[in-house]
Amino acid sequence: MAQLTLAKALTNGLRAAMEADPKVLIMGEDVGKLGGVFRVTDGLQKDFGEDRVIDTPLAESGILGTAVGLAIRGYRPVCEIQFDGFVYPAYDQIVSQVAKLHFRSQGKLPMPIVIRIPFGGGIGAVEHHSESPEAQFAHTAGLKVVAVSNPVDGYFMIQQAIASDDPVVFFEPKRRYWEKAELDETTAPPPLHSSRVVREGTDVTVLTYGPMVKTALEAALAAAEEGRSLEVIDLRTLSPLDMGPVTESVRKTGRAVVVHEAVVNLGMGAEVAARITESCFYELEAPVMRVGGFDTPYPPSRVEEEYLPNLDRVLDAVDRSLGY
Amino acid sequence: MSDPALATVFEPSEDGDDPELVQLLTPEGERREHADYSCDLDDEAIRGFYRDLVLTRRIDTEATALQRQGELGIWAACLGQEAAQVGSARAMLPQDFAFPTYREHGVAWCRGVDPLYLLGLFRGVDQGGWDPRETGFGLYTIVIGAQTLHATGYAMGLQRDGVVGSGDETKDAAVIAYFGDGATSQGDVNEAFIWASVFNAPVVFFCQNNQWAISEPIERQTRIPLYQRALGFGFPGVRVDGNDVLACYAVTQAALRRAREGSGPTFVEAYTYRMGAHTTSDDPTRYRLNDELDRWKAKDPIARVRAYLAQNGRASDDFFDDVERAAEEIATHVRDGCLSMPDPSVLSIFDHVYAEQTPELAEQKEQYAAYLSSFEGAH
Repeated sequence: MAQLTLAKALTNGLRAAMEADPKVLIMGEDVGKLGGVFRVTDGLQKDFGEDRVIDTPLAESGILGTAVGLAIRGYRPVCEIQFDGFVYPAYDQIVSQVAKLHFRSQGKLPMPIVIRIPFGGGIGAVEHHSESPEAQFAHTAGLKVVAVSNPVDGYFMIQQAIASDDPVVFFEPKRRYWEKAELDETTAPPPLHSSRVVREGTDVTVLTYGPMVKTALEAALAAAEEGRSLEVIDLRTLSPLDMGPVTESVRKTGRAVVVHEAVVNLGMGAEVAARITESCFYELEAPVMRVGGFDTPYPPSRVEEEYLPNLDRVLDAVDRSLGY
Repeated sequence: MSDPALATVFEPSEDGDDPELVQLLTPEGERREHADYSCDLDDEAIRGFYRDLVLTRRIDTEATALQRQGELGIWAACLGQEAAQVGSARAMLPQDFAFPTYREHGVAWCRGVDPLYLLGLFRGVDQGGWDPRETGFGLYTIVIGAQTLHATGYAMGLQRDGVVGSGDETKDAAVIAYFGDGATSQGDVNEAFIWASVFNAPVVFFCQNNQWAISEPIERQTRIPLYQRALGFGFPGVRVDGNDVLACYAVTQAALRRAREGSGPTFVEAYTYRMGAHTTSDDPTRYRLNDELDRWKAKDPIARVRAYLAQNGRASDDFFDDVERAAEEIATHVRDGCLSMPDPSVLSIFDHVYAEQTPELAEQKEQYAAYLSSFEGAH
């Protein structure tokens, strides 16, 4: 079985989606000849042509706005936003148009658009290249939001997102693009909007997604050495949330820690914590802990390792939870 | 620092001889020739335009009245812009597609959209009930200029569907993006120009320069005539008398043909005037003068067609009476239909957020339905 990087798994997933449906288009800056700055669309323009893999002018609102028109015409555009911090010029088109047209048209105009956003930090980049804006999109009715954490999910979830008749904001952890895993393309994937236990445990539930899944798993390994058993859940879907496995796990452990790179204030952790409180109030042994970025702009990269949640900060939150 | 005289610098000449302004029918109802554009329509077609213009105005004034009586939350009148809308829309073929702002009531009429759907939006019962694909008329777009990108994307879809420049006139199609002078300051509109230009997309950018963006005059949006901007983007720009339905038809028809043939976008600046307020919530007496309004009243888009048709028996008194009757009928339709429009059920708002309903939204709906039903039988 082949070992694939996340980037390559996404490429293969995109290729499979384009082969399956001639209406699937890829649009973005440098997605053609260059294959994208992270090479996720590598080779696709050569194989599918310039009409289906479109190097666009350098304007994000234009990418999303024309994608809306293409969707009205029956296409399924997959838009690449080159970096998280560059999505804001397209924010109006995403929030006011992409998210609302199905609603406004009472279902006559579906918006099967995928918005791929490499997100998160940890690569030593300059400003605007390391942000985690997922909560802003999860907060918007009409959008669906997912985050992948590994090559297997990358391969399947991109195809599921493209097949969805709803707009999907698709977050890819840029610092995990080069992480490898074995991919069996013949297995049946779980549904797109499902969360998943990725490590079973009994003492504390750690909830996370995207780049922090690996960090959480490393924390669980370290905790195990100290005799603490962490259950790690990869949320995978941020809107809608799939709370079933979360509730089940927290009822078992009585403790939950939510981890993400995004700032804690009004981040995904706030919503997850509120829902856990609603569904597991009597089982909770401690308040739901949150570990995330500080409420500052993303810092200069020389200090990003301090800003980003790491193994120690996750374990610190676990300790605080167990201290109740 | 503002320059109050600036607008006059790039206004078309008043004597009607401005070569940069396409005019085929003068305000007095006289036909004019133009070197590049001609209108070969027969009198029957022009009578049809007249009917469209009168009915559009009647729908519009009835809606304004309904707002004044509290039946609509707001209305954005198209008074004064009927020729720009009817002329351009009648140049469309059934397979073409229009992306409107929120003021294109005349275009909606020509695309066969029941005006009650327009009122539904402004009454607050829905957000546009018509079928955009069936009518070739997109939903009203309130975020200024956003629809110009949708139009361009749709035009790129036409290219990929092989219905641009195929030579099959029954299939080749194009798109019109409607927007106003204020919208030309928006980034989206400028991005749409760039996209359309570099992809050679079959889209006509139809700008109704009605001189006012709520309270801001045209010189707050531009320092050159708008149509001249097109050159900088790499496609032709044309200025047409927006109160001349024949010229608007001829210019748009040529632009649409060019687009369908695969020769790319055109910018049309329809030079017109917003005779009413921006919307029924606006008070234009705070920012513009009556003499400007009077000057434009003399260029009324309907009066000139009537004057033309009244000459030499091109239309009979019976024809004009018939149109008036039809106008009253449509006004009754609009009024009665508006008054009897049912409010939507609040539970329906959960149904179309997504194509595939999410479990959490389904649960919210269920919970709210249960909450509502807990009041049943209560006094």
